[in-house]
Amino acid sequence: MSEYILQMQGVSKSFPGVKALDNVSLNLRPGTVHALMGENGAGKSTLMKCLFGVYSMDEGQIIYNGQPVKIDNPFEALQLGIAMVHQELQPIPERPICENIYCGRYPKKKFLGLIPMVDHKVMYANCKALLESLGMDYDPNAKLGTLSVSQMQLMEIAKAVSANAKIVIMDEPTSSLTQNEVDQLFTIINKLKEQGCAIIYISHKMEEILQISDEVTIMRDGKYVGTWPANELTTDLIITRMVGRELTNLYPEKHNVPGEVILEAKDYTSIHPRSFKNAGFTLRKGEILGVSGLVGAQRTEFMEGIFGLRNTVSGTLVYQGHELKIRRPKDAINSGVALLTEDRRATGIFGVLSVADNVAVASLSQYLKANIMLDQKKIDQLVEDNIQKLSIKTPSGKTLIKSLSGGNQQKVIISRWLANDPDVFIMDEPTRGIDVGAKYEIYCIIEQLAREGKSIIMISSEMPELIGMADRIMVMCDGRVTGFVEKEDMNQETIMELATRFAS
Amino acid sequence: MELSNAKKVREFILNNAVIILMLAAVAVVGCLRDNFFSAYNAKNLISNTAARFIVALGVSGCLITKGTDLSAGRMVGLAACLSATFMQRFDYSSKVYPSMPELPIVGVFIGVVLICMVFGLANGLVVSLLNVPPFIATLGMQTVVYGICLVYTGAQPIGGLRADYTNISSGSLFGITWIPYLGIIAIILGAIMWFVYNKTPHGKHMYAIGGNENAAEVSGINTTKTKVIIYVTAAALYGIAGFLYGAKSGGASVNLGQGYELEAIAGCTIGGVSTNGGVGRISGILVGVLVFELLKIAMQFMGLETSYTYIVQGIVIIFAVALDIRKYVAKK
Repeated sequence: MSEYILQMQGVSKSFPGVKALDNVSLNLRPGTVHALMGENGAGKSTLMKCLFGVYSMDEGQIIYNGQPVKIDNPFEALQLGIAMVHQELQPIPERPICENIYCGRYPKKKFLGLIPMVDHKVMYANCKALLESLGMDYDPNAKLGTLSVSQMQLMEIAKAVSANAKIVIMDEPTSSLTQNEVDQLFTIINKLKEQGCAIIYISHKMEEILQISDEVTIMRDGKYVGTWPANELTTDLIITRMVGRELTNLYPEKHNVPGEVILEAKDYTSIHPRSFKNAGFTLRKGEILGVSGLVGAQRTEFMEGIFGLRNTVSGTLVYQGHELKIRRPKDAINSGVALLTEDRRATGIFGVLSVADNVAVASLSQYLKANIMLDQKKIDQLVEDNIQKLSIKTPSGKTLIKSLSGGNQQKVIISRWLANDPDVFIMDEPTRGIDVGAKYEIYCIIEQLAREGKSIIMISSEMPELIGMADRIMVMCDGRVTGFVEKEDMNQETIMELATRFAS
Repeated sequence: MELSNAKKVREFILNNAVIILMLAAVAVVGCLRDNFFSAYNAKNLISNTAARFIVALGVSGCLITKGTDLSAGRMVGLAACLSATFMQRFDYSSKVYPSMPELPIVGVFIGVVLICMVFGLANGLVVSLLNVPPFIATLGMQTVVYGICLVYTGAQPIGGLRADYTNISSGSLFGITWIPYLGIIAIILGAIMWFVYNKTPHGKHMYAIGGNENAAEVSGINTTKTKVIIYVTAAALYGIAGFLYGAKSGGASVNLGQGYELEAIAGCTIGGVSTNGGVGRISGILVGVLVFELLKIAMQFMGLETSYTYIVQGIVIIFAVALDIRKYVAKK
């Protein structure tokens, strides 16, 4: 028996138009946490999907416990003891927790010794024992949907544990967890390690990686860069190896000068009792206002309330001295407000449409001939200008947006909003899911817009990003605005203190 | 990495499998039956295609926005029955309205289309405001319209139509057999819809809603209004089609139009309108409907009983949708 529980050797995988993996290796020791790092699109998730049998490899082999194995589907992976906690949850919210955890492998008994049926009693007892062993205090019969998103994420992990997995793949498990829950997750991970289980851990959060992992494998552009013990690495070293070059400046130099107050939001309260209440702020011309808070602080909901996407019981928006009536996004757009939404895929891009259509979709009424017909020439010009101005990497305006990288998709959506020449631009997690190089370009665009006198509201969960970019940071907790931090007072402790003010 | 040529060919064949198979079948029939390629048959084909193309144009908007319209066929039937009752000869013995004078054709046409648009409005409002899934909403409407048609006609067939009315469908331009008026009308309507889909904000909004309704809403598109317009336009097209079918059949009964929605959906899907939303071209719809009609005529020529053709049609529809979905599900 070798020192490794799992070896993936020379794995290659191509999709139409891209070589997603090119001769990649991964060696995993039992009882360790192995971090897998790389920019978005480096091929981490693809590699894991090959291991889990979701994709079939073009080349390469998997050696598990010293034996070459072939994994054709997730079921076979689970049989072997390989479990995966998915980046995107796949819950069945209307069914109880225990059914979700034992989905597909319910404990069975024979009715009249003949007809197989699900043994609910055993399932309940097993589930209760499992949750208790992990320090989770939930009723196995409660509907999964009654849990919060982060609690559901922990349930996914419990599910992996219950499968007696020898290898657990965790693909960005902490992206929606609060600090408390991250600690809880780490306790679980340590328990798994003690049981000899190996964990493949994918995350973008450097501090976490350095804290929890034993070894780190770095990938870049579908290729294997190397594997190092975690204690020999630093954040800078990891970034350098991920990007393949020295990153001197994470943020552009700021030259924007905030002017007079142009917008004031007062007393915004949601129709939902657990959402934002009595929230408000002021915004200056040419200012970048950061918005910080933990998951569940209702930052997104608040901004969407302002934009007319969510219903409110109260709230007034005063723009340059007069009150705006915003009932739906159209009203906000007409008043010069733009919103870059948090979830690019769900509410941003039109995947089946071209880059050009994606740019023009929110400003079509500006390009009319004789009031009914679109002026295609003007639209093409607009698209071409934006591709140049934001240096969007696309073969042409006719390319389907879904074939672009995340960063370029984000730029396309930013162009969509710039076409309306907004004065206030709300950006909700503008750099989420974008690789390090493209992030810098997005920061430059934001700084440039502010310098041109546009006011930016930037929601972000990455505190260094807010501190690097914002002129002022508004902090929310539990639906309320808990304070504003000026440039000179910005540090993670101050922000964290405000962000956890009402946390239980 | 570029796709190899062999792979490209394979993809092309798979993506167009239904069209290729159907054309192959037609070619075989054409060789076996020598009267297949005749002016009369061409006219028959063009007229049938034209009428069904108009219905498919209507359904396409619903499909592109991830909806559907199952009330299409029954609305065609109602429009045909309405048109027929107002278009009977003055001297016909069993008129529905015995004392009614001969009405102007244009007036009747407009009236019939407007009535259909009312039902389309209902469809649109139920789908967009009440958020009833289009499948259910329009299935309900299908039954409602059928019921209304039964009540209106008393389940009696309506005949004795005026020659100037039936001539719209039976006549040809300059008397050339293979240029029937129906074909010209369909091409004009197709051109108008092409303009709407490709050159107007409404068209772009339609594709956007089909591509990602949430993103459309965030982008300030009035999704309710757009969808209502789509369902009303669809109903107007069914009205036009029904008016023409009445003339084409030389009479109308409640059974006219039964199942046309499925044929229209089939034509659209074969022609590349995705049931996944956001994708579809007018030219594709025309090809889809045309190929489907060709297959039906070919089956007739082979002497296949109508009852059997239903089986083939059903299978073709399922097969077409399966191939379409294949393009959009994540490939392993």
